[in-house]
Amino acid sequence: MSSSFELAVRQLDYWATVYRRTWKGTVVSSFVNPLLYVLAMGVLLGGYIAGDPAQLEGAPTYLAFIAPGLLAAQSMQTAVGETTYPVMSMVKWQKVYYGMQATPLRPVDLVNAHLGFIVFRLAMTSAVFAAVLAPFDVYHSLLGAVGAWLVAVLVGLAIGLPVYAFAAGAPNESSFALVFRLGVIPQFLFSGAFFPISNLSPVLEAIARLTPLYQGVDLARMLTLGTLDAGPALVHLVYLLVMVVVGHVLAVRRLTRRLVV
Amino acid sequence: MDETGHDDLMVSARQLRKSFGSFEAVKGIDVDVRRGEAFGFLGPNGAGKSSTMRMIAAVSPVSGGHLRILGLDPAEHGSEIRARLGVCPQEDTLDTELSVFDNLYVYGRYFGIPRAEVRSRAHDLLEFVQLAERAKAKVDDLSGGMKRRLTIARSLINNPDLLLLDEPTTGLDPQARHLLWDRLFRLKQQGVTLVITSHYMDEAEQLCDRLVVMDKGLIVAEGSPSQLIREHSTREVAELRFGVTEHSLYADQVADLAERIEVLPDRLLLYSHDGEEAIAKVHERGLTPSATLVRRSSLEDVFLRLTGRTLVD
Repeated sequence: MSSSFELAVRQLDYWATVYRRTWKGTVVSSFVNPLLYVLAMGVLLGGYIAGDPAQLEGAPTYLAFIAPGLLAAQSMQTAVGETTYPVMSMVKWQKVYYGMQATPLRPVDLVNAHLGFIVFRLAMTSAVFAAVLAPFDVYHSLLGAVGAWLVAVLVGLAIGLPVYAFAAGAPNESSFALVFRLGVIPQFLFSGAFFPISNLSPVLEAIARLTPLYQGVDLARMLTLGTLDAGPALVHLVYLLVMVVVGHVLAVRRLTRRLVV
Repeated sequence: MDETGHDDLMVSARQLRKSFGSFEAVKGIDVDVRRGEAFGFLGPNGAGKSSTMRMIAAVSPVSGGHLRILGLDPAEHGSEIRARLGVCPQEDTLDTELSVFDNLYVYGRYFGIPRAEVRSRAHDLLEFVQLAERAKAKVDDLSGGMKRRLTIARSLINNPDLLLLDEPTTGLDPQARHLLWDRLFRLKQQGVTLVITSHYMDEAEQLCDRLVVMDKGLIVAEGSPSQLIREHSTREVAELRFGVTEHSLYADQVADLAERIEVLPDRLLLYSHDGEEAIAKVHERGLTPSATLVRRSSLEDVFLRLTGRTLVD
């Protein structure tokens, strides 16, 4: 019996072909998008906002405040993009998973290999994003920058895996509207990426604090600003890791139910 | 020697069942497939053939009964079983964005076959299914018959001991079907065990050494094609057409001229050992069918006899 690791690695050549036919489109967007965000929101909008560290969770400028927020938020969006339509395609439109299922691969192996591809995509886009931000002097230290990059990948996984589980069992793509309207957009706007959540009413602030994106934004911000506070940082990290583990269990369960009938 | 005690039994099923909720697709069937034979499941749409095939392919859990594939229990050893199977599903699951060659290549890798070995096998298989010239084409650009041949090539990438073909030629034009039959016949000559489902009786007669006829989740007959015809039909069939009319009106007038008759919407079938003689007697009675035909009995006749329905609806 081959190990789970070996069974996942056998799919490397497949995912390499997927990357070869899609990388050009993703490279352009992963380089241009951060530049547009940083210029529009960080530089231009930020020009109207006083750089008061007391109001901006310790950030010297608005640009430095939103940089880690943008980094984490774009990772969430990449992750949701990779775990909605592409997963639906594998189970419903192209049925590539059904072809794979006729081989020694098990549903858990399909999830693991697909997950490996998503981690790779998140690592690439977040690295480009983090690099594009570098000339704008938003990092307290190189180590902080690398840490924020890793947090961005983790946030993507923590949000992407439950979405994968949802997509693997969803009857059709119309249910994705729910994910985008209730999950992605509110988190993007209200999870502390663009303004300190202390500006929200106490109830909304409490809700915002519970979102996975807030956990990632706050952790990434501590790292880029050099304001790391061990207690809250550990809570954020554990929260995100638990989401990854639970998300993986759900993803395997839902895909198994979809394929093994 | 495996746990069932027969190490050349490729598939062994006893009282095999499959249900989906309250719907019972397979209602308890017994099947043995021996090494090297071509075995067929024949039956109309909805007979339970594909559900049976998916259980044999070790991708669909058994709802009841006993099933061993290559001597192994699919519930315990699914991965090991699938490593030795080739599967050509009813619906193509090719990656249409990939090239013909890449479809074979990535698939071979799922079995853990080393890269150089997969490349060489992929080239050989494309020759075998006559797609070598299309190796670099996108699957999207292939015809239905070519896609089917590619799916069969893909199912052979791991040199399977047992090849499962679920309606391999449904939807293909006659030329493409004959090419596929030829390739499948060659595989059989090479000693590959074939399990085929079909609702075409000519396909089953061409390819299968032994077959079962399924209807509504049960096996209604079993044997070689010639054996089934001998047991359940006469040597010849005389077909009478009386133009646009209710053919049952003529049934009583000719019933005693054959061992058995069947009334179809467009013709009467007279089952007889001598079809020409039966037609001569029809004419002696002053009946003038607009067309007559004498042919040998086929599996279609067996099916009609056993289920009262034609095979292809």
